[in-house]
Amino acid sequence: MLEILIYILLGIGIFFNFLAGVGLLRFPDVYTRLHAGTKCTTFGSIFICVSVIILGLKMWYQGSTDGSVLAIHTLGALVAILLTNPTGAHAIARAAHRSGVEPVGAVIDSLRKKPTKITVKKKTEVKE
Amino acid sequence: MMDFEYLVVLLALLFCVIMAMIRVIRGPTAPDRIVGLDTINTIVIIGMIIFGAAFNEVIYIDVAIVYALLSFISTLFIAKYLEGGDF
Repeated sequence: MLEILIYILLGIGIFFNFLAGVGLLRFPDVYTRLHAGTKCTTFGSIFICVSVIILGLKMWYQGSTDGSVLAIHTLGALVAILLTNPTGAHAIARAAHRSGVEPVGAVIDSLRKKPTKITVKKKTEVKE
Repeated sequence: MMDFEYLVVLLALLFCVIMAMIRVIRGPTAPDRIVGLDTINTIVIIGMIIFGAAFNEVIYIDVAIVYALLSFISTLFIAKYLEGGDF
């Protein structure tokens, strides 16, 4: 019974990772590619890590001490992925916007008039 | 000894890595390449976890944790470098 649950979770995780690859290839823009490549891999990695945790708990229930260590360390890896992946995606999106990459089909960019230009003007005024 | 289903899962992950690698090679701008690189990093972490479950070794999962943190720092540095300005 638990084997079937583990296989179903693995299948869901692989499906979402596959969607991330397809989205990276098919989307037209940096921001939409970031949307596909980060969210789908994070969601798929949650399912794969949960399947490995269930496998470790099952081994621990059957009497081997390796199983509990496997489950706890996989939980640590899952926490690391969940903390680092959205933060890195946010940094990439901010860097892309500030280095001048524009979205495809965008008409107005309301982030454009915000602090970067103001700080640049202040610096030039001080220099003059 | 490795089970058959884990081999199938790892081959599917390898296919995803190849699709992201095509985006890294073909990307028109530099942020496209970084997005592909970030996706490859996450998929490699998942592959290490699957390896740890398949061979029943905990050390692969420890390596995955360290790899996750180091790839996060490298992504932050590349993003900061693209953004320009002072560090």
